[in-house]
Amino acid sequence: MSFKVAAAPHGHSQKKTNQVMAWVVFALIPGVLIQSYFFGWGVWFQILIAVSVAYLSESICVWARERSARQALRDNTALVTAVLLAISIPPLAPWWIIVIGTLFSIVVVKQVYGGMGQNIFNPAMAGYVLLLISFPVQMTHWLPAAPIAPYDLGIWQTLHTIIFEYTPSGYDVEQLRTTIDGISMATPLDGVKTALDQGQILAEAYQQPMMASLAGIGWQWLNLGFLLGGAILLQQRVIRWHIPVGFLAGLLIPSFLAHIFAPSVMPGPVFHALSGATMLGAFFIATDPVSAATSDRGRLLFGLLIGVLVWIIRTWGGYPDAVAFAVLLANLCVPIIDRYTRPTVYGHHVGAKHDTE
Amino acid sequence: MQDIKQFVESGQIARFPGGIHPPERKQPASEQPLSRVPYAAELILPLRQHIGLSGQCTVAVGERVLKGQPLTDAALHQGLPLHAPTSGTVKAIEQRPMSHASGLPEQAIIISPDGEDEWRERHPLVDYQQHDKAELLDIIQAAGVAGLGGAGFPTSQKLAQQKPVSYLIINGVECEPYICADDRLMREYAQAIVLGMRILAYITGADTTLLAIEDNKPEAIESMRVAIAEYDDIELRVVPTKYPSGGEKQLIQLLTGHEVPSKQLPIEMGIIMQNVGTAFAVKEAVIDDKPLIERVVTLTGECIEHPGNVWAPLGTPVDALLDYAGFKPEKDQRVIMGGPMMGFTLPITAVPVVKTTNCILVPSKQELPPPGDEMACIRCGACAEVCPASLQPQQLQWLAKAKDYPALEENNLFDCIECGACAFVCPSEIPLVHYYRQAKSQIRNQAREQAKAELAKQRFEARQARLEREKEERLERHRKAAEARKQMQQQQAEEAPQQEASHDGKSSAVAAAIARAKAKKAAQEGGNAAAEQPTGSQPEEKSKKSAAVAAAIERAKAKKAAQQAASESEAGADRSAGSEASDEATAQPRPAQDKSAAVAAAIARAKKKKQARDQEDKQ
Repeated sequence: MSFKVAAAPHGHSQKKTNQVMAWVVFALIPGVLIQSYFFGWGVWFQILIAVSVAYLSESICVWARERSARQALRDNTALVTAVLLAISIPPLAPWWIIVIGTLFSIVVVKQVYGGMGQNIFNPAMAGYVLLLISFPVQMTHWLPAAPIAPYDLGIWQTLHTIIFEYTPSGYDVEQLRTTIDGISMATPLDGVKTALDQGQILAEAYQQPMMASLAGIGWQWLNLGFLLGGAILLQQRVIRWHIPVGFLAGLLIPSFLAHIFAPSVMPGPVFHALSGATMLGAFFIATDPVSAATSDRGRLLFGLLIGVLVWIIRTWGGYPDAVAFAVLLANLCVPIIDRYTRPTVYGHHVGAKHDTE
Repeated sequence: MQDIKQFVESGQIARFPGGIHPPERKQPASEQPLSRVPYAAELILPLRQHIGLSGQCTVAVGERVLKGQPLTDAALHQGLPLHAPTSGTVKAIEQRPMSHASGLPEQAIIISPDGEDEWRERHPLVDYQQHDKAELLDIIQAAGVAGLGGAGFPTSQKLAQQKPVSYLIINGVECEPYICADDRLMREYAQAIVLGMRILAYITGADTTLLAIEDNKPEAIESMRVAIAEYDDIELRVVPTKYPSGGEKQLIQLLTGHEVPSKQLPIEMGIIMQNVGTAFAVKEAVIDDKPLIERVVTLTGECIEHPGNVWAPLGTPVDALLDYAGFKPEKDQRVIMGGPMMGFTLPITAVPVVKTTNCILVPSKQELPPPGDEMACIRCGACAEVCPASLQPQQLQWLAKAKDYPALEENNLFDCIECGACAFVCPSEIPLVHYYRQAKSQIRNQAREQAKAELAKQRFEARQARLEREKEERLERHRKAAEARKQMQQQQAEEAPQQEASHDGKSSAVAAAIARAKAKKAAQEGGNAAAEQPTGSQPEEKSKKSAAVAAAIERAKAKKAAQQAASESEAGADRSAGSEASDEATAQPRPAQDKSAAVAAAIARAKKKKQARDQEDKQ
């Protein structure tokens, strides 16, 4: 009788890549629910379109590369990319925005570089940046959060807007985000930035209606939702603490110091922590293992770099938020970070050699 | 060194980076008392059981052997002898499949036990301290004791290091899941193990013996604690359960807080490590004069009805062990020799228990699911997190797949201990260790090829230089000969008128001419080559020639010796190189023969000349 031959080790921890990716999507649920509560049904349609386009385009690419499409889709990485991109864009963005972004993420950023595990850049963020630069109007048209929104769109109205770029009753997105007073509502980050640029001080900037709480209506809860998801990922050991901690330290420490020195024009750490894509970036985007540094020290540094870049761009850059840019810039630095943060291998410590003398 | 001493004296346990906690699953096998497997119908004893050369077989087919009788004659310090596990007859000496992942055959002695279990004459030692270390080392070597924990390195060689030893570490950690052979041995034979430890300490001259046991073996810890209580210089160290804390390097780090420097041995730090099983075998060898003919093997896994530990005579076929324990194979059954982390699968079970076999594991698919499809690396770093050597397994994996061997060496591939922790946690189920092993053997092969190519190049260049030199020497000889001939013709032309002029010298000149003629004749008989030579060749030239001949002979001899050495060392590893060498060797004797004929002729010529001169003198 002959027996099966296998390579050691013969056991496995049974935590697999597709499960890791599935956990990422699962941990996004609180954030997505909060987003859908404050910003309408749009996010669900965006996710639906993104996932369909991602699966379809990934299948075609993998098929063209003569590999198993079933196996490629089973690893759930396309799912994660699609969902992350879909929740990053304004929920009422026209359908072709998410289609273009997803296609770019999957086809160019991921598959052209050799598929899963080979991409240099975070696919979702590269797609986001492409969209932001190419379609700045559509990409910045966030509706005000539900409590202060002038209109409340139902499922059908939302879908109609995404497909035809106006509601069944004929409003386009620009009109939807304009209050009765004729002021269009920006995101808190955008609003504060614009106010500061216009020479107002922070106290004045915080007077705007969307700022009527800690760090902006809706947005602070959204960030807390993603923070909760991040905690789930940490608890499940899907991610490690180094990147989020580095990210938050890199963002919050400079903003805290700056706020102390210039309290009237520099937003403090709480505002930075709970607005924009901070928590989504720290726990879900920067932690993409493929495009991040690999060693623990390297990851801390990588996170720190992103955090500092986010703060710099938010403070002095031309865009209100900066997570996507910061992540891509840090992706570029990964090889050099990896090279200089390699841990010392057993038996190669200087002390180890010294002891034998 | 001072740091190490301080650390050890403090009794601390350091930690090592990485490591994993796979399900231990030592029960139920660890709870069954040791039993003895009956002798199988035949015992298969491969000549090569461990690192080192195999000995020469000293028994013949059909011969009756007694229990404990040596079957091979180990070359001194290069290998270990093999002993008959019981009395019986040598049934065959033939190729048998080996206990290796490949199942490839190797030469083995097959013994059919006769059931009498009759011992050879034994000489138990009452007090080992009455004997000096060298004597004890010889006993251990003659008993065939090899390291029973890992690679099976000959124990006597490890002990014979001429370096001071501060710490003898006895490894009872047994960190790999399922395996509990050492656990059982410590529970049941604590006294004998401690005696073995005393002998080892005596031989190595170690100041302190550290006995390390993982904290998941409370019974073994208790039984050893009692056994070592009377000795002040044995200290028990209970280490936390973590795989692979039983690895030599990791255990040293745990107990001393220091790493073994890369590419060095623990002995450089004044440390020698031995397994508890080895300590037991040393005691049996030294005190009881019982060579290593059996060992404890764990039989475990869900496909076995009666898991437990057994005393298995070396050479017992694995299928006999499995039958003994009640084997219920399932579809695509894996039979693993060793543990789940570092063991290898056996393609067939008609292979023997050898000195390094500590476990036979036959898992069900539920307990150790077979690996799924290998997915792409997502650089998650889980592997680096668990690597006890602080390597970057994901980086090594990329480089191994790219076959970038220089970069692999730069990334310290050879510091990998192949513990398998990285592959255990890899979410993409990449068989990382498999890639590293492949890369390592490729690098070793390349180095070997390179060395061989370098040698061949040197050989070729030396041969070219020699041919060139010989050609020049030949030309030089011809030129000189031509000159001499010319000179002689001139001389003769000059001599003719002189002879007529001087009457005094005439008779002597005639005698000389006769002698010359005679010499010429003799030379002609000597051979054609000699005939070409002028009769009046200079003695100086002759001595040069004979020197050249002697040199040629020496060269030929040297080449033959080199060729023999090469064929011995390479042992037919590379046929092309071998045949090249033999071509050269067969080509060599021909010019040598020609030359020896020339030498004989020259000697004959010289003799004749001397005779002629003598005659001249007499006249």
